Amino acid sequence: MNAFNRLLSSAAIGLAVSVSSFAAHAETPANMLVIAHRIDDITTIDPAESFEFAGSDISRNVYDRLVYLDPTDLEAGYKPQHAESWEVSEDGRTITFTMREGVTFQSGNPVRAEDAAFSLQRAVILDKTPAFILTQFGFTPDNVAETIKADGNKLMITTDQKYATSFVLNCLTATIGAIVDKETVMANEVDGDMGNEWLKTNSAGSGPYKLDSWKPNESVTLSSNPDYYGGAPAMERVIVRHVLESASQRLLLERGDIDIARNLNPEDIAGASAAEGVVIADELKGRLMYLALNQKHPELSKPEVRQAFKYLIDYEGMRDSFLKGQYTIHQNFLPQTYLGASDENPFSYDIEKAKALLAEAGVEDLEIEIGVREAQERIEIGQSFQNAAAQAGITVNITVGTAAQILGRYRARELDVYLGAWGPDYPDPQTNAGTFAYNPDNSDEANATGLLAWRNSWDTGGLTEMVEAAVTEGDRDTRVQMYQDIQAQFRETSPFVVMFQQIEQSALRDNVMNWSTGQAVTSAAYWQVTK
Amino acid sequence: MSLPPWLKTTLVTLGSIAVTMLGLLFITFIIGRVMPIDPVLAIVGERASQSTYDAVFQELGLDKPLIVQFGYYIWDVVRLDFGTSLLNARPVAEDIARVFPATLELATLGIFFGIVLGVPLGVLAAVRKGSWIDQIARVVALVGYSMPIFWLGLMGLLIFYGILGWVGGPGRVGIFYVDVVPSVTGMILVDSILDRNWDVFKDAFSHIILPSALLGYYSLAYISRMTRSFMLEQLSSEYVTTARVKGMSEWDVVWKHAFKNIRVQLITVIALSYANLLEGSVLTEIIFSWPGIGSYITTALLSADMNAVLGGTVVVGLIFILLNIFSDLLYKVFDPRAR
Repeated sequence: MNAFNRLLSSAAIGLAVSVSSFAAHAETPANMLVIAHRIDDITTIDPAESFEFAGSDISRNVYDRLVYLDPTDLEAGYKPQHAESWEVSEDGRTITFTMREGVTFQSGNPVRAEDAAFSLQRAVILDKTPAFILTQFGFTPDNVAETIKADGNKLMITTDQKYATSFVLNCLTATIGAIVDKETVMANEVDGDMGNEWLKTNSAGSGPYKLDSWKPNESVTLSSNPDYYGGAPAMERVIVRHVLESASQRLLLERGDIDIARNLNPEDIAGASAAEGVVIADELKGRLMYLALNQKHPELSKPEVRQAFKYLIDYEGMRDSFLKGQYTIHQNFLPQTYLGASDENPFSYDIEKAKALLAEAGVEDLEIEIGVREAQERIEIGQSFQNAAAQAGITVNITVGTAAQILGRYRARELDVYLGAWGPDYPDPQTNAGTFAYNPDNSDEANATGLLAWRNSWDTGGLTEMVEAAVTEGDRDTRVQMYQDIQAQFRETSPFVVMFQQIEQSALRDNVMNWSTGQAVTSAAYWQVTK
Repeated sequence: MSLPPWLKTTLVTLGSIAVTMLGLLFITFIIGRVMPIDPVLAIVGERASQSTYDAVFQELGLDKPLIVQFGYYIWDVVRLDFGTSLLNARPVAEDIARVFPATLELATLGIFFGIVLGVPLGVLAAVRKGSWIDQIARVVALVGYSMPIFWLGLMGLLIFYGILGWVGGPGRVGIFYVDVVPSVTGMILVDSILDRNWDVFKDAFSHIILPSALLGYYSLAYISRMTRSFMLEQLSSEYVTTARVKGMSEWDVVWKHAFKNIRVQLITVIALSYANLLEGSVLTEIIFSWPGIGSYITTALLSADMNAVLGGTVVVGLIFILLNIFSDLLYKVFDPRAR
């Protein structure tokens, strides 16, 4: 649905609501949470493979981990979950976890160190998309038997070098750190797949919920785990319904047929906020919107041109118009709420300054192609940039395509400029530092398609070494300062124009308490919700 | 040795189905392969390493020559194996078996409304040509043709669900009735009848009535205009004048003579309308959160899930072919000249 249609439908609903009131709304049962959400990105429920937003929500509520992020106290960082405590060896390479006693899986099997070891080994051996979160510590299918091992109630993991303990533990809070029930999973193994096929659509966890059903593009149903070690959740059943259309989500919410609407557009947020019994909850999320300039382009690689582009963005204009409420201005690669995040936003919309910088670089009649994925907000950002660039004498040709079309060219270093979004993979600053500011081999042959710096052919000029140093720094405060320094240099020299950080706006019935979408660092949690 | 006529007809029909299907498969396969979409990227995501990418590339058989891939594809389709959805890792055939009944249920009720209201309206408009009834029929059809379906759907939801509370909201059933009746046919109305669970039936009916009425309205617009046009042609024929001169009642003239002669044309119109509805109305399905084949194919296309797209397209193509054959059979029933 295009912007006009979206506006028309929201306006029509707004008009009708203003002249009439909804019929007395129904209520969902007190022990049931019903959420409308777009869940068509779920491809698998297996935590060793799942790497999408909606899938991570399910995983967070179905599986527990060694350490976790408490949705009621996210600022505290990681806390013990099934690992009661841990010790770090003198050389900083081995962490020994002591497992919590008396915890069981939903199957009734006890949660053992052996299960935790199996889960991490399995993720490394399967080598699915998110495996890099673990393999970056030097774990390989060949060495996991030695580097990740259980001994009674203890679990030992040994990394290939010393890393900041916070880095390792933060990674273990990610979806891939989920502990699966070894007995149940292996009972469903087919052709040596370590239960991967079965776990795609079933769950074997020890979390507060178990998966009842996942119907692709239709719904996810969870039921509570009455024996959960942290206490049975108040919401005994959680139903996540796939409702694609914002106006439909709003109607369902205002009628009281759902408790939470997670994908309302700005017009419907404005409308719903005025409705009786509905409140809006804002949370900063990890997604960043950015422009990236390909450094293979002879003009775009000039430092003045890189600077000029940062003045060609109408940050405030976009934030206050079509991005209203959905994004905030942010010009650093670490999202706010992350360790080491910076709130320095030095660039503003300044055509004259951009012109002067372009003149200084000797750039005239520049014509570039910008690749944009076919999402409304991105197209509108692209058009805003196109207008601003035209005023500075730059012709911008926008190529709109599907995610796969545009990403394919971006990864192949073919686009002049890419307008895209990036979300962190795990709640540690390395997740973004290691892709925006890290590129040890800038050659085509390196084919490091996972690194954003490589995709834009950017030799980071010393930042790579700074990132490597920060990831091994044991002192938390020093580490924070290191990321601040990296970002200060990144803002000035990088070919990335980081523009916005996402705000997720959930519309809730006003009896829903303790709702958390996990901020920038993690996913939504249901077990602490009450009504 | 000459074949018996019935066998010859059957063989010709089967042959034409096979050739059409082969053509359809060829076109869908080629489209699937030449589209500038990377199915591997759709699976592994943008952050995957090159080794993960390469492993999936080989797993999908994309390293083999196109002709070999097409051969595998034909062989799989013959066995009703459309492969695994690249995105949700389930067999596409299983997915289609889940979403198609939802569309079938919706489309069947929709075409029912379209026929029951559209045909009499068209006949009446022809018989009372130029009268206020004809004008109303014209306006109804015009609105049906020109109103954006998403707007009409949202307005319907707002008024009948949001304000009046007469019908159920988006989705096939309310949250209390999810998975309550066992899925036998996949059509909740039918399954609830089989299970004799009238609460579920009532709830499902309250959810389907609005989207099916909306689809029915669009069919009605087309069917009524075509019926009017066919009837006008018949009513101006000499045999109708003769019947009237002979003193036959107007009812008999219209329904026993004129209408009888438009049945064959009407069958084609209705079959095409039904096929269009069975193809799935994407916007209706999106607005009403109806997990049908239209939104399934669209979502798959946007996600580069080509197995799902090809599987869905083959099924839709098959529906068109079968409805054409069914129309041909009905021609023979209603028109002796076609036997």
